[in-house]
Amino acid sequence: MMTRLILSLGLLLSALAAQADTVRMAVTTSFHNSGLADVLLPEIARDTGIEVQLLVVGTGQALRLGAAGDVDAVLVHSRSAEEAFVAAGHGTRRVPLMYNDFILVGPAADPAGIADTGTAAEALTRIATAGAAFVSRGDDSGTHKAELALWSAAGIAPEGAWYKPVGAGMGAALNTASGLDAYVLSDRASWLNFGNRGGLALLFAGDPALFNQYAFLPVNAERHPHVQAGAVARLESWLLSDRAREVIDGYTLGGEALFVYNAGE
Amino acid sequence: MGDLWAGLAQGFWMVATLDPELVEITLRSLRVTLTALLIASAIAFPLAALLAVKRFRLRRLTIAILNALMGLPPVVVGLIVYILLSRSGPFGVLGLLFTPSAMVIAQVIILVPLIASVAHQSLRDLWSEYHDLLIAMNVTPWQKITTLMWDARRALITAALAGFGRGIGEVGAIMIVGGNIDHATRVLTTAIALETGRGDFALALGLGFVLIALALAVNLVTHWLGQTEREGRW
Repeated sequence: MMTRLILSLGLLLSALAAQADTVRMAVTTSFHNSGLADVLLPEIARDTGIEVQLLVVGTGQALRLGAAGDVDAVLVHSRSAEEAFVAAGHGTRRVPLMYNDFILVGPAADPAGIADTGTAAEALTRIATAGAAFVSRGDDSGTHKAELALWSAAGIAPEGAWYKPVGAGMGAALNTASGLDAYVLSDRASWLNFGNRGGLALLFAGDPALFNQYAFLPVNAERHPHVQAGAVARLESWLLSDRAREVIDGYTLGGEALFVYNAGE
Repeated sequence: MGDLWAGLAQGFWMVATLDPELVEITLRSLRVTLTALLIASAIAFPLAALLAVKRFRLRRLTIAILNALMGLPPVVVGLIVYILLSRSGPFGVLGLLFTPSAMVIAQVIILVPLIASVAHQSLRDLWSEYHDLLIAMNVTPWQKITTLMWDARRALITAALAGFGRGIGEVGAIMIVGGNIDHATRVLTTAIALETGRGDFALALGLGFVLIALALAVNLVTHWLGQTEREGRW
């Protein structure tokens, strides 16, 4: 009797789970915070009939979800991790889609004087030399990896009381930086959408080293047969269409264009 | 302080205008937690009564484990349920991950030890009063359990309310196994975490006040239905 109960419960639960033409996509917090999804998803639903369900996590967790087959596709921004993901056979290919840029945010008074520097490496060197508080994501996300790459390009191993890895998402890291009056590396979209700025201001941007490339990775359907490969292929061809270019390039926040579409370039 | 007032105002407006998104996530919160509560109570109440009535070798150990599990970190429960339900995990074929069902499963695991521990405490006290009488009447163990559970029904409702409180406010586990997907698995607590991350404290607080009001309403309705504060002791 007990086994039958458990069996019928399981059947009931899986019946609730079944849905048609839904694609689950793991995306990074920075992509979601940009607000582009709110414009993009309705367009995708209208043109293709696909309902895209977003799981908003860090790049590290997004790739893990893809490797386990728990999502159908991944949209992240960390080239080396993406290439490793495809090389390991978890994803079929890496489709570069668009980029935005990272910015350095810090206390408006700028105690380390990074606003008038020429490169991101120089700006980080000044922060380290001044020992000014710096909040790091510390969560193995794309932004965190980009930050670590910038430190190593500057030839600095960031450690000490001034360097504060918070192990949290972009918004939480910005909240912490706002509370501590600390410097922080953020993607532009999250910053523009961020409501609790306190004494923080955008201090440095524009170095090509700060460009932030997003790529779309379909999860390998040979390894995970339940993946919605057909719907993902339709989604991918939509993302590579002129319609997607129009929507992504046309998205602005506070009068600023956020993303530059560069698929197929 | 300004954020608090803005949050109160925002929460009030969302309720007053019956904001469709708010209604949707509130109903989902209630659906997930009440389903989990129902299943957890069905497991925990008989278990608590059994532990009060029956004497067996591992009884003390079971009680100790139940009490210890009350402090189970939801994040850990979430992670374990995630690994079990993942497509690469043992129950992956069911396809339950990132659905409300997965959230119900995680909450059942969190709620059972809490409800069973609280219920066992009152059932044990009642059992010490009923023990001689029920033994003298020579009733079956099943009759003992049902008698205890019926006569302690108000205490059991309190135990269930404690479980409801923990479930409706829980975020760690359902964030991991539900994924906070808009229009699919987003509930009040995960929406609050999301808005906090975006730095929109007013909206996060507004949702928080809605959550508090909801918990209060459920408690009041339960007490009113059970007329807990009217009769004598029970």
